[in-house]
Amino acid sequence: MADLKIHNLKKGFDGNEIIKGIDLDIRDREFVVFVGPSGCGKSTLLRLIAGLEEVSSGRIELDGRDITDVSPAKRDLAMVFQTYALYPHMTVRKNMSFALDLAGADKQEVARKIEAAARTLELEPLLERKPRQLSGGQRQRVAIGRAIVRNPKVFLFDEPLSNLDAALRVQMRLELSRLHQELQATMIYVTHDQVEAMTLADKVVVLNGGRIEQVGSPMELYHHPANLFVAGFLGTPKMGFLKGRASRVEASGCEVELDAGCRLFLPVSGATLKAGDPVTLGIRPEHLNRGSEGNCQLTVKADVSERLGSDTYCHVVTGNGEQLTMRIRGDFTPRYGESLSLTLEAAHCHLFDSSGQAVGQPLQQVA
Amino acid sequence: MLTLKQSRRLNTLVVGLFAWAVALLLFFPIFWMLLTSLKTEIDAFATPPQFIFTPTLENYLHIQDRSGYLKYAWNSVTISFGATALGMLIAIPAAYSMAFYETKRTKGTLLWMLSTKMLPPVGVLVPIYLLAKQFGLLDSRAVLIIIYTLINLPILVWMIYTYFKDIPRDILEAARMDGATLLQEMLRVLLPISKGGLASTMLLSLILCWNEAFWSLNLTSSNAAPLTALIASYSSPEGLFWAKLSAVSTLACAPILIFGWISQKQLVRGLSFGAVK
Repeated sequence: MADLKIHNLKKGFDGNEIIKGIDLDIRDREFVVFVGPSGCGKSTLLRLIAGLEEVSSGRIELDGRDITDVSPAKRDLAMVFQTYALYPHMTVRKNMSFALDLAGADKQEVARKIEAAARTLELEPLLERKPRQLSGGQRQRVAIGRAIVRNPKVFLFDEPLSNLDAALRVQMRLELSRLHQELQATMIYVTHDQVEAMTLADKVVVLNGGRIEQVGSPMELYHHPANLFVAGFLGTPKMGFLKGRASRVEASGCEVELDAGCRLFLPVSGATLKAGDPVTLGIRPEHLNRGSEGNCQLTVKADVSERLGSDTYCHVVTGNGEQLTMRIRGDFTPRYGESLSLTLEAAHCHLFDSSGQAVGQPLQQVA
Repeated sequence: MLTLKQSRRLNTLVVGLFAWAVALLLFFPIFWMLLTSLKTEIDAFATPPQFIFTPTLENYLHIQDRSGYLKYAWNSVTISFGATALGMLIAIPAAYSMAFYETKRTKGTLLWMLSTKMLPPVGVLVPIYLLAKQFGLLDSRAVLIIIYTLINLPILVWMIYTYFKDIPRDILEAARMDGATLLQEMLRVLLPISKGGLASTMLLSLILCWNEAFWSLNLTSSNAAPLTALIASYSSPEGLFWAKLSAVSTLACAPILIFGWISQKQLVRGLSFGAVK
């Protein structure tokens, strides 16, 4: 069991508040990812959970035990650092056994645990090497191994993949996913990479400026972003935004007049808007279509295109200078400066009020 | 015109010759001292200086007979190692706190420590002499150990601070997560990682203590006098005996030179081992 509860957690450095009141429940065996831009407080939050930073106010509970003032060693957590933080003077085996040796564990028991962890992580042939003789990916696995042998209640990962090259990062991401399935452990993972957040997490916590913007499953966040920040942060390429005004508000939805020059009826429920309120419409690249079939047609100019083979991401500029990205088939590349017609899928548009909060709920189902 | 290969070769040659010239220039005084120590007093005074002569060990024998070289050497050893050990014992925790728990005043404290090295020692001679007298420490090894520790401390703290600064904090935090106490964190992680740096710091401290003359001349006379005091005793009271002075100087330099030479290999290995990233 490992239920982690965080109550109104705050942390300040020299009068600067970094964490501004966080409430969060992390359930047993959940893979939770903290994601946000740099400086949003995600690493600080992890370090507060680890006990490496002192809490200014608030409470952290693990399985009902208040661990706010407990030393890092006695929290029953293990951490994997971005820089791996392996002990350079110890062999892989020693690195992995260090915590158990300190705790005075039985030698045979320690050896057995190390063998088991080494087998899981395919480190068996490397046990007698020093960290400097290992590649980045191997070091990362040792760092994970060091955490596994301790059999902690919660694993903490602080941007563990950001020092690896792109190919290795993808591979390690899969391995981490597999590891989570095998170990059935509670994991908290910090990253600034929203792809890692989307692919690994059971639950994503989007942080910004020391506050939680939204918590939910990756798909929930992708399809129902609570505000402009989350909408713009998750998804590659980013969601496009168009400014406009609510021209008619009904129970079944809201008609929006876009500055870019078209009118669109969005089936959002529970809208709190009045006619005339400024709004922002958000649309993901995959929900923009080429052609003139549809009720909101925009004429745009093609900017540069990025060809990925399977798809092409075409950046376009509307008549009033707003930028959108459109996902189109890989075999089509518009010329730079070419004039294109495109339509918006009304069912997949997101609507945000002037304060940036999502208006109502889109009606389409979460996949 | 020279080809690229030729001009590179010429470059290497010029740099090589220059390096040899500087090395010989630096080594010559030591070589001359060694040579003079093997001459008779008459050969040592000869003009023009003689390069070819019948070598003799009589100067060395004379020094052991007359003054008991070994007593002075033992004083030098105990004082140097004592002051180095005591200095490291204070400097390591000090550097640890400054490197890993930096505050707004850390930089200022470091500079202030270094600034104490700018004071001319003679400026505090009288108060320190009187203090030593008051505590009955004149002509004791303890007083030199204390003074040397204090005068070298800023350098030790600075050096260790810079070595510690290179160690990623994460490693210490990992140790803390692994359940290490502060002492275990230092003894089992921090010190082994930085042992190359610590060794060169210790060597520097040993050399500085070994060669210190001002305080040893002023605070000791016979019981606790180290080798620097022995050299000084050969320069004035009996007139200038070049050969004997050279012999005693050679004897005084030799141990630390040999020690440095032996530990150099260890040091290089230690330093490259310290590479963390």
